[in-house]
Amino acid sequence: MNQVAVDMREIRKSYNGTRALNDISVHIHQGELFGFIGPDGAGKSTLFHILTTLLLPDAGTALVGGFDTVREYGKIRRIVGYMPGRFSLYQDLTVEENLKFFAGIFKTTIAENYHLIKDIYGQIEPFKNRRAGQLSGGMKQKLALSCALVHKPEILFLDEPTTGVDAVSRKEFWEMLQRLKAQGITIIVSTPYMDEAALCDRVALMQKGDFMAINTPEVIVANFGYRLFAVKSALMYPLPAALEAMPDTKAVYRFGDAVHYLNTHEDKSAEDIIRHLQVHGHNEVTVNQVNPTIEDCFMLLMKKEETADANT
Amino acid sequence: MKGFVLKEFLHIFRDRRTMLILFGMPIVQVLLFGFAITNEINNAQIAILDESKDEMTLAITDKILSSGYFHLASVLTDRNQIEPAFREGVIKEVVIFEPNFSQRFGKENQAHMQIITDASDPNTANLLYNYTNAIIRDYTSKSTQLATPPIQIGIETTMQYNPELKGVFMFVPGTITILLMLISAMMTSISIAREKELGTLEVLLVSPLKPWQIIIGKVIPYILLSFINAVIILVLAYSVFAMPVRGSLVLLLLESILFIVMALSLGIFISTVSKTQQQAMMLSMFVLMLPTILLSGFIFPIENMPLPLQIISNINPSRWFIIIIKNIMLKGLGFGYFWKETLILVAMALFFVAMSVKKFNIRLSK
Amino acid sequence: MQTPDLIKQNEPNHVIEVNNMVKKFGDFVANDKLSFFVRQGEIFGFLGANGAGKTTAMKILCGLSAPTSGEINVAGFDVYRQTDLIKKNIGYMSQKFSLYEDLTIRENFRFYGGIYGLKNAEIKERIAYLLNRLGLMHAADKVLKEIPLGWKQKLAFSVAIMHRPKIVFLDEPTGGVDPVTRRQFWELIYEAANDGLTVFVTTHYMDEAEYCERVSIMVDGRIEALDTPARLREKYQAASMNEVFLKLARIKKSES
Repeated sequence: MNQVAVDMREIRKSYNGTRALNDISVHIHQGELFGFIGPDGAGKSTLFHILTTLLLPDAGTALVGGFDTVREYGKIRRIVGYMPGRFSLYQDLTVEENLKFFAGIFKTTIAENYHLIKDIYGQIEPFKNRRAGQLSGGMKQKLALSCALVHKPEILFLDEPTTGVDAVSRKEFWEMLQRLKAQGITIIVSTPYMDEAALCDRVALMQKGDFMAINTPEVIVANFGYRLFAVKSALMYPLPAALEAMPDTKAVYRFGDAVHYLNTHEDKSAEDIIRHLQVHGHNEVTVNQVNPTIEDCFMLLMKKEETADANT
Repeated sequence: MKGFVLKEFLHIFRDRRTMLILFGMPIVQVLLFGFAITNEINNAQIAILDESKDEMTLAITDKILSSGYFHLASVLTDRNQIEPAFREGVIKEVVIFEPNFSQRFGKENQAHMQIITDASDPNTANLLYNYTNAIIRDYTSKSTQLATPPIQIGIETTMQYNPELKGVFMFVPGTITILLMLISAMMTSISIAREKELGTLEVLLVSPLKPWQIIIGKVIPYILLSFINAVIILVLAYSVFAMPVRGSLVLLLLESILFIVMALSLGIFISTVSKTQQQAMMLSMFVLMLPTILLSGFIFPIENMPLPLQIISNINPSRWFIIIIKNIMLKGLGFGYFWKETLILVAMALFFVAMSVKKFNIRLSK
Repeated sequence: MQTPDLIKQNEPNHVIEVNNMVKKFGDFVANDKLSFFVRQGEIFGFLGANGAGKTTAMKILCGLSAPTSGEINVAGFDVYRQTDLIKKNIGYMSQKFSLYEDLTIRENFRFYGGIYGLKNAEIKERIAYLLNRLGLMHAADKVLKEIPLGWKQKLAFSVAIMHRPKIVFLDEPTGGVDPVTRRQFWELIYEAANDGLTVFVTTHYMDEAEYCERVSIMVDGRIEALDTPARLREKYQAASMNEVFLKLARIKKSES
């Protein structure tokens, strides 16, 4: 175990003078479910294109399954499965024809690896004679995953598989990924949804072509470094502004049904916050210390990067 | 590979629009171009065979040549030279004066001359004949004003190669060329661009398929369909317009395949430089269709074009292909008469195949 | 199951009123007797799984498609007969912002102002007001493709409310942007709602559902739940709107 599935060192890529990837490095272990988490424009797709040998980096090296992405691209293409972000299959072919075609180009058949896709393909098999264009979003996604899996890849690259998909389908999709992982496939996935980070073994938080953190979600959360308060009051709309006015405020932002608050002083307590808000005319104030989520960490890291950028 | 070709056929057969273009187009085009196109001439190359060489024939010749429409390409001395002169393809018309033209004119008030035109381009032939005829009439009316009995010059016309002057014959080669170009180049370029747009091309690239396999897989269905189309047009031309193929049918089909391969590689080349179906379509329209229609000698004779356009037309593959099939179909000529044009097409095909394999990246072109 | 508050109709402050709205495509019922209202100045979350019928309903409310049956009033106008008036009184922003990439910010504003028949002076004044509020006045003459995604999103919103509509429809407005920008965008929504604008929004981010005053959840063409996020959480004994959503959609699934 713990063999390296991806060994990427100092990868750099620019488009027309704009840096898309900024000399970044990452190791991904075999059998790992690894997530690249970040918004549009963070460089996730560019990174996936480089790892799947579709793009040449400007500098740096990357090994996938032990093969160099530049020189040994042929070997990599035999062992990886890839589902691009806007992958929408052949709409005019039926479910089965799509799957057959993708099995065919890898010189295999559906029957040969049926055990691998049974769990996923089984759910859409009743509709195998339906054109892919007529499937619902969730079913399309399952078919796309089946197509990426049908040749039994060692490493699976999924670029934003859940973007634009509803919460139920997303949950089901992640459950499928967990079962695939149990079969020993390395799964590398990218997503703009922060809450999905918690479902990965390890994640890299990406922003503007840089990794802000690479670790297990638990460690990233543990390294948050501030007490995080969830604040509510009868008047939610002006609440952030009122909190902003507290001395030594680190960050204030809405989060779900509350407002999240960080103070640079370790000893600021919930009572201090309540007192401050009452002075400012807020009623029914509740303040709870809560555990940060990956989204809280992401925002804090973004803030750090910004101040670091401003200082240089 | 087999799967790839199969998939491509499925795409084609499931898209009603594609099917319409593929099989509705030949009929519409043949009929459309068969009836609706006219053109102009300018500075036509003619030859004169003067078996009399008297003052009258010289005067008429002078009048014809000074009209501005005609250019004397050669002076013939024997009727046997007429046929070869036409075969060279330069001369569009031969004017023949019978022996003792002036004498007969004086004695019998009547003399004969003959106009032979190359009617494999019937519109041109018709116009040339009308111009020549008008000039001669003008001459006779002026020179006989004083004579009481009107004298006559009998004019006998022969339309060489296309004796019944069937205009549609001319348009069949052009239509075949356009359709082969359209189906081969435009359809392949669009179908590859569509995979780019869908994102499926990324998956194909990240598979063990080699680029040449992807290209061949894409191309085979279109070679077949284009070929079937060429045959449909020929059958249509034969059955509806009773157009014969005078030369070798096998040679015609082989040359068609050469042109198809050339057009396909051009299509792939176009797809490598376009990102969307729309772009591929626009490029095909401007780079392929317009020159094929306008700069190939199909509608406008190349020799009537301004010099710069004539030079540009040289790099237009359709121009050469039209010459080849005209020669085979209408003139019944053998390979010896158009090996040069064939060679040009082979060179172009090789060039575009090389270019498209080179440009068709193993990676994304960014 | 509905609280009395939800079935009160014909109130003067209702800018959207929907009564038994049905939309069929052949045999398929995309919208099955939807009934709800939206108050003026409210932020109304319109949630549902892919294919639940959200987009269909939204199209009807925007006057882009006619319902099969039902009484529907938007901004005081009837969706059967007064679609032109509806279109004048609503703003719309979709996931794929309809801004022109090769025009500058100012040119984009001018173009849309022109579409809605705003006068030149008014366009100028609105551009100044909206850009100042975003703090983007300095970038007014930048071509759109040069500016970051987060800005574009805020601009698209500003363009959608440029003609002072009564209601603005936002179709998954925050897809793909970073969490900070997403929140800045929501501050913009709050501000606009505070000024009296009604906001009708769809999203796949369940935490954003919490930002809405009331939320409706569609499952298989019907509205399964409609209430404030707090009351929905309470009712379904869930810690978050995400759980509420999953519970509702899942129940439906096990039924079918």
